[in-house]
Amino acid sequence: MHTSEKEMAERIKTISGVNTRKCMKCGKCSGTCPSFHEMDIHPHEFIAMVEKGQIEKLLKSTSIWMCLSCFACVERCPRGVEPAKIIEAVRLSVIRQQGANHLAPTKIPELLDENLPQQAIVSAFRKYSK
Amino acid sequence: MQRIGVFICWCGSNIANTVDVKAVAQALSHEPGVVYSTDYQYMCSEAGQNIVKDAIKNYELTGVVICACSPRMHEATFRKMAGAAGLNPYMLEVANIREQCSWIHKDKVEGTQKAIILGRTAIAKVNLNAPLTAGESPVTKRALVIGGGIAGIQTALDIADAGFEVDIVEKEPTIGGKMTQLDKTFPTLDCAACILTPKMVDVAQNDKIKIYSYSEVKSVKGFVGNFTVQINKKARYVKEDVCTGCGICTEKCPQKKVSNEFNLGMNNRSAIYIPFAQAVPKIATIDANSCTMLKTGKCGVCAKVCTAKAIDYTQKDEIVEEKYGAIVVATGFNPIKLDNYGEYAYDQSPDVVTSLEFERLMNAAGPTNGVLLRPSDGEHPKTIVFVQCVGSRDTTGCGKTYCSKICCMYTAKHAMLVREKYPDTEVYVFYIDVRTPGKNFDEFYRRAVEDYGVHYIKGMVGKVAPSGSKLMVQASDLLENDQMNIAADMVVLAAAIEPDKTARSLATMLTASMDTNDFFTEAHPKLRPVESPTAGVYLSGVCQGPKDIPETVAQAGAAASKVIGLLVKDKLMCNPFVAHSNELMCNGCSACEKVCPYGAITYSDKEFKMPNRTIAVRRVASVNPAVCQGCGACTVACPSGAMDLNGFSNNQIMAEVDAICR
Amino acid sequence: MKFSYYPGCTLKTKAKQLDIYARTSAEVFGITMEEIPNWQCCGGVYPMAKDEIATKLPSVRALSAAKEKGNDLITVCSACHNVLKRVNCDMQTEDDLRFKVNNYLKLDVPYSGETKVIHYLEMLRDVVGFDNIKAKVVNPLTGRKIAAYYGCLLLRPSKSMQFDNPENPTIIENFISAIGATPVIFPYRNECCGGYITMENKPLAQKKCDVIMKSASENGAQALITACPLCMYNLSENSTENILPVYYFTELLAEALGIK
Repeated sequence: MHTSEKEMAERIKTISGVNTRKCMKCGKCSGTCPSFHEMDIHPHEFIAMVEKGQIEKLLKSTSIWMCLSCFACVERCPRGVEPAKIIEAVRLSVIRQQGANHLAPTKIPELLDENLPQQAIVSAFRKYSK
Repeated sequence: MQRIGVFICWCGSNIANTVDVKAVAQALSHEPGVVYSTDYQYMCSEAGQNIVKDAIKNYELTGVVICACSPRMHEATFRKMAGAAGLNPYMLEVANIREQCSWIHKDKVEGTQKAIILGRTAIAKVNLNAPLTAGESPVTKRALVIGGGIAGIQTALDIADAGFEVDIVEKEPTIGGKMTQLDKTFPTLDCAACILTPKMVDVAQNDKIKIYSYSEVKSVKGFVGNFTVQINKKARYVKEDVCTGCGICTEKCPQKKVSNEFNLGMNNRSAIYIPFAQAVPKIATIDANSCTMLKTGKCGVCAKVCTAKAIDYTQKDEIVEEKYGAIVVATGFNPIKLDNYGEYAYDQSPDVVTSLEFERLMNAAGPTNGVLLRPSDGEHPKTIVFVQCVGSRDTTGCGKTYCSKICCMYTAKHAMLVREKYPDTEVYVFYIDVRTPGKNFDEFYRRAVEDYGVHYIKGMVGKVAPSGSKLMVQASDLLENDQMNIAADMVVLAAAIEPDKTARSLATMLTASMDTNDFFTEAHPKLRPVESPTAGVYLSGVCQGPKDIPETVAQAGAAASKVIGLLVKDKLMCNPFVAHSNELMCNGCSACEKVCPYGAITYSDKEFKMPNRTIAVRRVASVNPAVCQGCGACTVACPSGAMDLNGFSNNQIMAEVDAICR
Repeated sequence: MKFSYYPGCTLKTKAKQLDIYARTSAEVFGITMEEIPNWQCCGGVYPMAKDEIATKLPSVRALSAAKEKGNDLITVCSACHNVLKRVNCDMQTEDDLRFKVNNYLKLDVPYSGETKVIHYLEMLRDVVGFDNIKAKVVNPLTGRKIAAYYGCLLLRPSKSMQFDNPENPTIIENFISAIGATPVIFPYRNECCGGYITMENKPLAQKKCDVIMKSASENGAQALITACPLCMYNLSENSTENILPVYYFTELLAEALGIK
């Protein structure tokens, strides 16, 4: 499915608005990511893999649920590459598929506690489901 | 009416293959003003030139058109030939029917038609040519070097060696620049002071070199060969010719809490000070901002203890005016401020330092006398992390987009020196690339890794978080695909370097070009690296672009050779294609003065005879033909059409356009 | 002085203290925060995708409502501030988005990012002035060592948020000084608390909050203050050691002003 992966890579670049060629492969994004150790594929790899068109692996990664859009990578990248936007684009590529939501409403009641602000539920839904 | 001869060159087959040269010669022979038209295989050869020379004599030609290769190739040759035949060299034009015609067309009919048009255009111009004479201006045989670092020092020594007088203007109390703050230099690990101080002494003892220390350039007027410069000698409150540099005043001064710039604020100095022991000139200076006597009128200890009676609290800034033939800019650099790089905790912990600060910590004459100790608690660091590219290669606007060139090498140097002196200290270097382009440079860096066990890790540091007495360094290791957390005792940041802040105002004074990074622009990036586009201004050292000491010294010598080439002349030939202003049409609006990149236009009040025997005083422009480079910007800006360019007048250009459109 | 006010869902329910004390404290300085009528959810998170507009519409509706009133728009919750400010920037700079959004919403007057979005803390700094706050403090929190926890949303991305220096901010520390307390700076004050990950991976949120708490207490903090209900939740519920009390900054402001 090589052509399809190339097409998907282009889609991801369009959704995110990111120019992956700007990356100078310094690793500062992965160096600063607070969720690094919970990820199977790391921010610097996302950029390289999208540039190469290796999308299937990215779609299956657990990283896309671990990135919390804290924007440390965006702030500190010396080339203005914005890795968080690429990861969001991959995440959207997954959840935009029918039946591929990461969080189902039925799961919510068991996750609630009386102090949990609805901000958390809304944010989680917006990131994890369509 | 002119008598013009037209000569079409075959250029072997280069032109003749795509242009029917005989047809061109035929067509052009009918043009207005043309009395002779011919063709030949190689116009630039001796035989070809002789054809032209003979034609000039036999047909009494007043103008010549050569249709051949680009004027960049042989215009100078042909003009010289015309001069030798008794014709004014500027009554000759070259029509480029090779690069701009035969080399880009494939169809002979098209090529021939175009060659005829190009020939016609040149003929139209020559019809309006007037003989031009290049002017002459004198040369003051004295050079000014602005900046007394290694670049300025080397340039001055080389110029003095050729027998010319040189003045060095240095804004600090001593010459020597950044190199005086360095400990050892790569790739040889020579002690910086040991190789620099002999040069500094040479400069001091050379009777052709005059040092204006603690001075700055205030204004520059004039043009190549004839600059008039005002130098502001800042008040030291110490008589320079009397002070012996004994240093007693610095010991006895009660104000000892002034941040010492030489050690980058890591220790203090007194209000009256000598920057360091090997300062040249070795004269004390009083820092007016921190001197109790100058601020409040109370104290005067230094005056009391000075056996030479050198202290003078009444001293004032003094303006000196001097004339120079050439000016060399050697203003050097500084590391950038790290306000935009807070993730490295530079402001949060004294143990996070820049590489220059680290250099001072390692230096035997530094704040810790050469023992590497943590600034926070004076303990010996057991783990040091070096961070490369802090503020360099950054396109986000936080730092500089360029590579600062020297950091990879000096970090390898620092890492090696630490490991050699303190084998029990672990050293990490986090890098994006390791750039080692000089002679023996790569071998130097590999020694750091292979012989001294420095841990080079490809990846960048994301955050430095002070935690207790440690600095938690969070960084990526790209080859291991890991995020490392190192508990370091010191973190050294390789901060980007930028030109000295005085450079920009100096560039304005000199009308010298500068790029957006405040580096002085060279006349040509490859072929003319030490000359500014402004005639008479030369560039030496990091002010032109980041470079290390070997390159600086090489460039300094190159700049000196250009200066010597200028000063050796008694007269300068000016460019004859200069602008001139028709005083009767000039309305004094200053538009031309403002757009002139070379500062060639000045305005003065002139008297004009008016009708009814009155005199009107009007402000009119005048162009200095020695400075004018003939760019033509003023002719465009001039709203009244008073400004025109000799050799490329408005009429001539319109005639060329008409010839093309006919 | 009047501002339009966008509270957001959480300030009306689980984070009432953040809201109430913000409004009552503002009144002390003569500032009225007028809630926008019929406001909707801001979206919770800023949608980064360039190929959809639906996710940005609620924010635009809020911004447009404020513009109609002719006021600047104040937010108190960090998350709402982040979403609204960034969507506003997009409406100013992205022609394609602006066109599509206005085409869909069919507002009486098309919206092009005219509203100025400011955070309550910016209002305190720029409109009131920290010196004026200090003057009105009747109950200075003298001797209390308080650490400001910024989190990520107020500061980043700094190009759009323009809140303060993203790595070395001072605004909340200056606020702490103004109310009489001693500000404590610690390196993890701008690192992520975990946000919504607490729902799916509580241990990860705990890990992040423990790092924050450790750093704050190591530097001598006795308490933390925040502007975000989710940061408040994570820091309060998900710290397992070095636990310090966490307050909303508006609570301490009200306390200092003597109106709590």
